Amino acid sequence: MRPDPKKYDEMCKRASPPSPLLKDCVWAFCIGGAICLLGEGLRRLYASMGLTLTDAATLTSATLIALSAVTTALGWYQKLAAKAGAGTLVPITGFANAVVSPAIEFRNEGFVTGVGAKMFIIAGPVIVYGMLASVAWGVIYYFLRPLMGG
Amino acid sequence: MQKKGDTIRFAQPPGIVSYAAVGGKKEAEGPLADAFDLLVTDSRCGEKTWEKAESDFARYGLETALKKARLQPDALDAVFAGDLQCQCTASAYTMRGFDVPYLGLYGACSTMAEGLALASCLVAGGMMRHAAAMSSSHFCAAERQFRTPLDYGGKRTPTAQWTVTGAGCAIVSPDGGPPYVRGVTFGRVRDYEITDINNMGAAMAPAACETILRYFEDTSEAPEAFDAIYTGDLGLVGSKLLLQLLEQAGLPLQNHKDCGLIVYDRETQNVQAGGSGAGCSAAVLCCHVLPALRAGQLKRVLFLSTGALMSQTTFLQGESIPGIAHLVELSATLPEQNEKAARQTDAAAQAAGSPKRQKHAAGRPGAAAEPGPRPQKQPGKEGAAQ
Repeated sequence: MRPDPKKYDEMCKRASPPSPLLKDCVWAFCIGGAICLLGEGLRRLYASMGLTLTDAATLTSATLIALSAVTTALGWYQKLAAKAGAGTLVPITGFANAVVSPAIEFRNEGFVTGVGAKMFIIAGPVIVYGMLASVAWGVIYYFLRPLMGG
Repeated sequence: MQKKGDTIRFAQPPGIVSYAAVGGKKEAEGPLADAFDLLVTDSRCGEKTWEKAESDFARYGLETALKKARLQPDALDAVFAGDLQCQCTASAYTMRGFDVPYLGLYGACSTMAEGLALASCLVAGGMMRHAAAMSSSHFCAAERQFRTPLDYGGKRTPTAQWTVTGAGCAIVSPDGGPPYVRGVTFGRVRDYEITDINNMGAAMAPAACETILRYFEDTSEAPEAFDAIYTGDLGLVGSKLLLQLLEQAGLPLQNHKDCGLIVYDRETQNVQAGGSGAGCSAAVLCCHVLPALRAGQLKRVLFLSTGALMSQTTFLQGESIPGIAHLVELSATLPEQNEKAARQTDAAAQAAGSPKRQKHAAGRPGAAAEPGPRPQKQPGKEGAAQ
């Protein structure tokens, strides 16, 4: 009577509605693009105020992070992300949201055991493996550099 | 009391003396809004934490059910309750405020049927006079425990289900009906190796199929004898799979309904594959099924709650999700009343010279004792009663 797991897996796939890929991609492109456009607008604004390009870029990132933190706290970022998907996940605002949301969520568990311990439950792996990847690339680059004439 | 296979049927079915359903904001926007006894649009219930809020929902449910039955809490011989929080804390913390024996159950979303079945057995067996079954869930408490923080910007998959914020409570007593609990079938764990935590309907459908098949095998009843067969929270995907599995097993259902698809409007409420949670089947049972049985709009129904028995730990360790489903057979009348009514109708039909009554014989409780093979689908008319 029991179907084998492969057959049941196929039944599940047929019964499960697919994600609306085209719609999701259009939303991600538009919202993600809008966030990047905002970033570019901010960068130019800061540059026009007499800041160096490096400082303008740093200040742009800081502004976007702050905006993301505030909108996360107000509950708006999650509502936008429910539509935008990767459009809000990929930019730096997504990373800020991943840090701020658990910090808000776990404040009832205390500042040390809640906010402090849980703040990086989502972003932590990104930092760990991001650093690991940069170390690995650093080693590779160290050996490649003489060959590249550096 | 008669036990055959996994099914227990009561010679003197206990009645459900009162029931109450409490819902939150999203439930207040859903199609069952008018049916709830109490709707609390502040999801926090004025508390500091979601966990406390869930306890409040459960407390409101139990208090309302007691009030409707005109009972004091000390009239209860036991409360069978459970929820989705780790170590069942929502129920245990609710029971701090009631000085009555408490039995904590963990059957995930199957808890309501499990509690109701246990309460009915103990009441029918004469061990208890009044026993309450209660179950609750809270979207926010469940999300932060099983998935991601609420404010995290994630996108839900189309197979994901929305945990109901609410609670349901039913009080069973020997002379409380209608509705009556005619029998129960305790479920067995079934695991078809589903590992996707966002597709719980698929994980639970095989368990529901197993329990339904066992019930019909044990009782020799026909599905057409019931106005509806309710499952707890299979949602869109699980419901489709249940019907396919039952059809493959030779028992196609025409009268299946799922509480997860009744409690929300999937078109407008952005709940993906439907509602879920221990409070889902509990609330729908107490605000939709039991009132319809009491009013006589439904005559006989099967009610199953379905549970996915994984934890965050087993999920992260790559384990598949075991499912379970418990079944409760409910009716608006007692068996002898049914037989009396059927005899009267038969007599009237014979007097009128109509041969059509014969068609319904398989659907009557009187026919239940007749031995026979697994009932096949018949063109019964009872299914359209709702």
